[in-house]
Amino acid sequence: MQQTYLQSLTGGALIGLSAAVLLIFNGRIAGVSGIVAGAIEHASPERLSRVLFLAGLICGPLIYRLCFDAWPQINVTTTTGLMLFGGLLVGFGTRLGSGCTSGHGVCGLARLSPRSLTAVVVFLCTGILTVFVMRRFGFT
Amino acid sequence: MRHLARNLLSLTAGLIFGFGLALSGMLNPARVRGFLDIFGTWDPSLAFVLGGAVVISAIGYIISRRMESPVLDVAFHLPAKTSVDSHLVIGAATFGIGWGISGLCPGPAVASLSFGIPSTIAFTIAMVVGTFAHDRLFATGQPRQVLQ
Repeated sequence: MQQTYLQSLTGGALIGLSAAVLLIFNGRIAGVSGIVAGAIEHASPERLSRVLFLAGLICGPLIYRLCFDAWPQINVTTTTGLMLFGGLLVGFGTRLGSGCTSGHGVCGLARLSPRSLTAVVVFLCTGILTVFVMRRFGFT
Repeated sequence: MRHLARNLLSLTAGLIFGFGLALSGMLNPARVRGFLDIFGTWDPSLAFVLGGAVVISAIGYIISRRMESPVLDVAFHLPAKTSVDSHLVIGAATFGIGWGISGLCPGPAVASLSFGIPSTIAFTIAMVVGTFAHDRLFATGQPRQVLQ
């Protein structure tokens, strides 16, 4: 249990380090939903750097595999149909709300942005409510 | 030259981010949903992920405030908007519902592509479709100022 907390804290610190490095060197916010949108939609000189960030993001867990000789655990608890529905909501919602857990959570909270603080409170509340309702009605 | 350095730095930042996600437990939808299940069997461990990330990210932000420009670019690209509007609230609420249903947010969705699990790949494809749908519906002729 103790090790779980330590791993979460260390993993979180590395995510923060990634955001700090991207800001200090490239002057950019490490927000994944915006980077995804920028990588697939807008032809800009910075497009390649967004694609490379995403390539790194995909390969990061492979380094974990090399270091620990095991894959990180992934247990999907929802049906594929609900995963598709959830994906649509996440894609649409993060764009409408200008950010996700990384852009608003990791970067926005660090800048004490009132918009990000609002977004984090709202998405945590609806996330908690959704899990509660799904469990209550036997969807999990 | 600066361009190449920026690209290499993006790749490195992505690798650190992906490794951090794998180490933290955020890649596991069951644990994320356990973290959100505060009225059930709450697993608080993932609060440490956000806590650790925000502290280090804040140190980075404080350092950046003392710099005139980033090391590899002429200016910082930060969101200018400060007012809370209905788009922000409705968007965040919608995202939270999708996050609660699936246990995945955009970072872990992309990072978990390397595992080749059909349902998380399906989620990520749907997420991209949702992104397109939004940007088509709300196309303003110029890219929106975004945070993420």
